[in-house]
Amino acid sequence: MAESLLEVKNLKKYFKTSRGMLHAVDDITFKLERGKTLGIVGESGCGKSTTGRCVMRLIEPTSGEILFEGKDLMSLSKREMRSMRGDIQIVFQDPFSSLDPRSTVMQSIAEGVKVTGKYGTRQAIEARVVELMDTVGLAQRLINAYPHELDGGRRQRIGIARALAVEPKLSICDEPVSALDVSIQAQILNLLQDLQHQLGFSYIFITHDLAVVNHISDDIMVMYLGQTVEMAPSEELFRAPAHPYTKALLSAIPIPKVGATRDRILLKGEISSPIDPEDACRFSKRCNYAADVCHASCPKLREIAPGHLIACHRFDINGMIED
Amino acid sequence: MIEKRQDMNASRAPAVEGNILEVRDLTVHFVTEDETVQAVSNISITLKKGEILGLVGETGAGKTTTALAILNLVPVPPGVVKSGSIRVCGKDVLNAPVRELEQIRGSDVSMIFQDPMTSLNPVFTVGDQIAESVMMHDKCSKAEAWERAEEMLELVGIPRERAYEYPHQFSGGMKQRVVIAIALSCNPKLLLADEPTTALDVTIQAQVLDLMCDLKEKFDTSMIFITHDLGIIAEICDRVAVMYAGRIIEEGTLEEIFNHTKHPYTEGLFNSLPNIEDRTAKLRPIPGLMPDPTKLPKGCAFAPRCPYARPECIETPQEPKYFSDTHFALCSAYSEPGFRIDREEV
Repeated sequence: MAESLLEVKNLKKYFKTSRGMLHAVDDITFKLERGKTLGIVGESGCGKSTTGRCVMRLIEPTSGEILFEGKDLMSLSKREMRSMRGDIQIVFQDPFSSLDPRSTVMQSIAEGVKVTGKYGTRQAIEARVVELMDTVGLAQRLINAYPHELDGGRRQRIGIARALAVEPKLSICDEPVSALDVSIQAQILNLLQDLQHQLGFSYIFITHDLAVVNHISDDIMVMYLGQTVEMAPSEELFRAPAHPYTKALLSAIPIPKVGATRDRILLKGEISSPIDPEDACRFSKRCNYAADVCHASCPKLREIAPGHLIACHRFDINGMIED
Repeated sequence: MIEKRQDMNASRAPAVEGNILEVRDLTVHFVTEDETVQAVSNISITLKKGEILGLVGETGAGKTTTALAILNLVPVPPGVVKSGSIRVCGKDVLNAPVRELEQIRGSDVSMIFQDPMTSLNPVFTVGDQIAESVMMHDKCSKAEAWERAEEMLELVGIPRERAYEYPHQFSGGMKQRVVIAIALSCNPKLLLADEPTTALDVTIQAQVLDLMCDLKEKFDTSMIFITHDLGIIAEICDRVAVMYAGRIIEEGTLEEIFNHTKHPYTEGLFNSLPNIEDRTAKLRPIPGLMPDPTKLPKGCAFAPRCPYARPECIETPQEPKYFSDTHFALCSAYSEPGFRIDREEV
C-alpha cells in the first residue's frame, strides 16, 4: 500500500484553564491519502480548528504523532518545522482579518513566493505572483490594491493564492467559504476542486456546513467535543449515517426544496463542557439512545464496515440497540 | 401596479382586518460627501396576518436596510428615505412622532438581530432585559413585568430560574432564545427576524427554527424572515422575495419561487448551492460580483452577470412581469415570447 501523505495518531491538545484542563482535541487519529480531501465537520467548540492547527504545529499538541510523508513532525525542531511549512499551508476562515491591511496584493502573495527560494529576481517573483493571481481568478489590475479595497470573495482568493505560493502538498482549509455569499462560495469551491484536479493537492477541509463538506470531501470525520464520533467515505456517511449525533446533524440541514422536510431529530440541550470531561460518552447527555453503559465509559472507535468507523456503545450492525 | 396587487389581496381575504404591513415604493439612499449608495430602490411589500415572508439575497442586497426602515431605524445621516410609505398595522411609521414610534416598536413590530452575542446588554440579567421591554409598553409594576419575563423564558424553553443570570452565562443558542423572548414579550403583530440563526450551529438552528414556528402558530404573528439560506426559506416561509442590488427582482409564493423560478438571478442562486443528494454535481456559480451600489445602471443591475442578458437590459428600466396574481419577476427578457430560463425546463 502506498504511503499516506499524512497520518495523525492519538493527537491530543489540552488547554490549561482556571477551572481545569480543557480537552480541546482528545485522541484523534486519521489518515489522508495524496490528492484526496478529508472533511472535518462539527459544531463550534468541537475542536476541528484546533485539530487543523495542531497538524501544522501552529498550536503545539499536548501529545500524539503526526507523520507527514513518513516523517514525524513532532520530533522536528522549530527551524526544521519552519521549512516543513512549505509543504503544509493553511487558508483561514476570515479573509477580513487574515491579511495584512498594509500590504498590497502583490506584497502579500510575493512573501510566499520568496520563501520558496526558487524565484531569484524581482521580475521572476512578479511573474509568479501574476501567474498565481491568474490561477485563483484575480484580475491583474488588482495587483497593487490593498485588502480594504476588495470584497470578501477576492480577499479569500488572495488567502488561497498565498497558500499556493509556497507550492504546498497539503492545504488545511479552515472554514474557507463560511464568510462568503453563496454565489461566491460556489466560485471558491470550484476553484479549490479545479486546483486539486490540476495540481494534485490534498486538503483537510474544516467546516460546519454539511452540504459543502459533502460536496468537496472524499472522506468525512465528524467530531464532537474533541473526539471523533464517526468517520466514513462521504457517500456512505450521507447514505447510512450510524452515530446518533451524525444522524441528528444530517437531519438538521435545511434542504432548499419545497416540502423536503424530513423527520427531524431534535437534540435536547447543547454541547456540554469540555473541561475535565468524565469518562462517559460525551454525547450521552443529548442522545436519545443513551443507556447506563454510555454514562459509564467512553466508547472506542470501531469499524462497522470497510472504512466506516464509529464510536458508540449502542450501535449494532442491525441498527441502534433499543431498550 | 401596487394598487393592482392590493386589490388582489383584498379580494382573496376580505374578512381580515387588512394588511399587517404595507410598504410602498420605498427608496433608501445613503448619502456621503463623495457618493450616494442606492441601498433600497422602489420596493413594495405587503404582509397579511400570520404570513411569513422570506427575504433572500446576498450581502449588500438591501435586506437589513429594508427591515430597519420598517422600524424607522435607518441611521440619519447618512441614510435618507427618498420616497415611499410604510404602514405597520395601519400606522404611518415614517411620519410618526418619536413618542408614538416608541409605542409601535415593541408592541406592533419588533426585530431579532443576527448576532445574539452583541444584542444583549452584558451588565443586566436577562430577566431585567425582558422585563424592561414589558414595563415600557404595558405600564405594569416591576413584579408583574418580572412574572411576565419568567413566563417568556419558559415559553422559549429556558427554565425560569435562569432569569437571574447574566448573558455571559448563556450559550449562543440560549442567548438567541432570550432575544426572541424580548422581541415577543409584548406580543408584536409583526416580527422582523434578521438572519436569526446564522450565528448558530445547525442542531441549535433546528431548535430555534422549531421554536419560531411554534410561536407563529400560537400567536399568529406575521414575520419577515431575512436569510441567505434557501434551505431555511423552504422550511418556514409562505412567500419569498428575492432581493438584488436594492430591488426585489422576484417575488412569489414558496412554490412559485422554488418550482417555477423565473428570474435568472434566482436561478443562479439555486445553481450555486451544493446538492446534498448528488455530491458529484458540479456547482454553477454566478460569474462576477455584485455591482457597486454607488453606480447602479439604469436598467437591470444583474445584466452584467446574467447569461441571458441582451444589450438593452442594462439601459432600459425593468417592468415587473406578472406570471400569476402573486408571482412577478423584474426581467425584460420575458417580453420576448417563448423565453424560458434553463431551470424551468427541468
